[in-house]
Amino acid sequence: MNPLRAHYFQTTTKAAPLAAFRIFFGLMMFISVVRFWSYGWIDKLYIQPEFFFSYYGFEWVKPLGEWTYLLFVICGLSALAVAVGFKYRIAIITFFLSFTYIELMDKTTYLNHYYFISILSFLLILLPANAYFSWDARKNSNLAHQYIPKWSIDAIKLLLVIVYFYAGLAKLNSDWLIEGMPLRIWLPSKYDLPMLGDLLQKEWVIYSFSWGGALYDLLIPFLLLYKPTRVFAFVLVVIFHVLTRVLFPIGMFPYIMIVSATIFFDARLHEAILNKIAQWFKISLSYFDNGKKLISGAVHKPILVVVIAFFVVQLLLPFRHLTYPGELFWTEQGYRFSWRVMLMEKAGYANFKIVDGKSREQFYVDNTDFLSSFQEKQMATQPDFILEYAHFLRDHFEQQGHENVEVYVESYVALNGRRSQPYIDPNVNLVQQKESLNNKNWILPFNDEIKGL
Amino acid sequence: MKKILSVLLLSLIAWACTEDETQINDNDSFDRAAMLTNWADNIIIPGYVNYNSKVNVLAEAKSTFTSNPTVENLTTLRVAWLDAYISWQKVSMFDIGKAETLGLRGYTNIYPTNDEEIEQLASSGTYDLELPSTRDAQGFPALDYLLNGTATTDAEIVARFTTEESLSIYLSDITDRLKNHAALVLDDWQNGYRDTFVSNDGSSATSSVNKLINDYMFYYEKHLRAGKIGIPAGVFSNTTLSTNVEAFYKQDASKTLFDAALQASVDFFNGKHFDGNGQGESLKSYLDFLNTITGGEQLSALINNQFDQAKQAASTLDENFYQQVESNNEAMLLTYDELQKNVVLMKVDMFQALNVKVDFVDADGD
Repeated sequence: MNPLRAHYFQTTTKAAPLAAFRIFFGLMMFISVVRFWSYGWIDKLYIQPEFFFSYYGFEWVKPLGEWTYLLFVICGLSALAVAVGFKYRIAIITFFLSFTYIELMDKTTYLNHYYFISILSFLLILLPANAYFSWDARKNSNLAHQYIPKWSIDAIKLLLVIVYFYAGLAKLNSDWLIEGMPLRIWLPSKYDLPMLGDLLQKEWVIYSFSWGGALYDLLIPFLLLYKPTRVFAFVLVVIFHVLTRVLFPIGMFPYIMIVSATIFFDARLHEAILNKIAQWFKISLSYFDNGKKLISGAVHKPILVVVIAFFVVQLLLPFRHLTYPGELFWTEQGYRFSWRVMLMEKAGYANFKIVDGKSREQFYVDNTDFLSSFQEKQMATQPDFILEYAHFLRDHFEQQGHENVEVYVESYVALNGRRSQPYIDPNVNLVQQKESLNNKNWILPFNDEIKGL
Repeated sequence: MKKILSVLLLSLIAWACTEDETQINDNDSFDRAAMLTNWADNIIIPGYVNYNSKVNVLAEAKSTFTSNPTVENLTTLRVAWLDAYISWQKVSMFDIGKAETLGLRGYTNIYPTNDEEIEQLASSGTYDLELPSTRDAQGFPALDYLLNGTATTDAEIVARFTTEESLSIYLSDITDRLKNHAALVLDDWQNGYRDTFVSNDGSSATSSVNKLINDYMFYYEKHLRAGKIGIPAGVFSNTTLSTNVEAFYKQDASKTLFDAALQASVDFFNGKHFDGNGQGESLKSYLDFLNTITGGEQLSALINNQFDQAKQAASTLDENFYQQVESNNEAMLLTYDELQKNVVLMKVDMFQALNVKVDFVDADGD
């Protein structure tokens, strides 16, 4: 290592911010699991449907029937253990695995913020978040450190910077900035909000939201990093996310982002917060102020390598769409895992035709026989869903004794307020197409152009 | 930094304010409460009032027939049955409120009806019509079988009702059940639910607008397009299923029923009053309002035009869909195709324009 690099990686800082982050994160995740359960979504999303959409390469991850509840119990309890810092390494690994398993069960429910939780919990596995104010450190003084490597806190900041900045970059397109889409569809439909409702119908409000949103995403990480603007930036964070909470059905995400943004503050704030918590529970915080420094040494080298590799992937993955031809919003090839949030209003309709390849006899499928309304909606606008469902239909009708099964789809998609247009080539037998990372040349071209990133 | 940001924000707001003044729609937003009021007061409740009176006539005709089974009384009963069946087509789509909790449509119009089950239940004399398993042995399709299919000639049908008391009782029971259900639903609308419905004018997934649009679409797709045309024409099966037409035993009523249902869908879309006089806020005017915000093509005109295409295709069909499927199914398939095109226009384009939510789940628009 060259001296400068070595110097940075051996710098230490107060451990309190990471400890506070660990507590917030664990509690937020626990609440998320309870909320998800209380809405009956486990049953509705993971038990009732008879078919689930898999991620490429993770076809083996399926809901576990009634045992799915146990999975959520494990996920929730491990989140609590993370908050307390109880057997932290095991707890956070368990949380990462159980949460990620849940997300992989059905890609219908894909949300950027679920992905964010997954990769953040992966990152947390590698960080010494239990060094301070944790059950582990209280029980084993060898683990307790008042100071930890600075890079471990910077890593979380970097991840947040990436999420915001990339989300901002993704908004720099003609639909968002020039057409004011899809906010032009979404905002007026919130007519019933007190005070805001009538404003949301107005042109200038729609543009203020779209331009303001893009600017916010692009600038906020730097305003948070820069000390003189930090408090102002945090106020913006709170306003912005509360507003998104009011306007859009995005669940716990706004709260998680607000709480995460506290990581940018100085340790003094976190020490004060931890002190309060310590008082409530009648624990002595001073026990952890032992002056010990956890310095990155040779043992940490493998961890650093993984962390750096992790960020290289995070920086590059959102640009993978550049390797595909066609309009990204239309084909969605390389759309997920790229912080493209709230960019599209897409509606679709897919009508599947089963044909006997020999006799040419044919009939259409009633999608409600197999899919929930939510699944059908997601399926109809995303080619990988359509293909996977077509293969499921082939298997289903072959099992029913049909022969030479060919599957065709007549589908229409409307994107960001445009008229609907044909989506998938109706003459392509989807049975013969294989899911892969290659370009799906059976997606019909988009009859318009969206300029920008 | 603060300064830079405030300058940026100010210039943004200034820019946004000056941007294309002409397009600014300063009128207040579309009045959904007015649309709900129009739906409730001018379409749904009058529809149920009409349905109730027809079902009451039906029940009276039934009583006359069972106490005095003659061919003449049978004919009167059949007319009353068809009248009530037609009036049902105008309210079937409103699967909301009491109709939804009762499962009204399921107990009123499931076809093909199960003739063997009807005979078996009737002769056994013990049955619980509340059971979901008996849905295909009651309602209008079961009456269709009893009045038109229990024997080959009218005289023979009358003879059966004269000699088999159990059959008369069964006829009586399922007719009264229709009558009671209709009364329950109308009563609910007239005593409380109407206000609940109109005041729930928000934009959530459970708001009246959202729910009824979803109901409307579901009805159009599943019961009108598929049930009345697509399924008999064999769109969803390897072979045609001509015996699955609506009112199979009466045979020559299937087109009448379909026409009534299609017209009801068109009228609902346009907010046309049930009595035919006047028109109010509707999906059409809602779409036209949103067009002033989004610009673009006149979607409501496209949808209405497609309704016309469907009507035109249907106008070539025989009164008797069973015959039509057997003799020239192509015409049925053509009608289906025209109906299908409006599924795309409504479910994709209209749903997007109205931002209709399919379900309550977290989503971030990707």
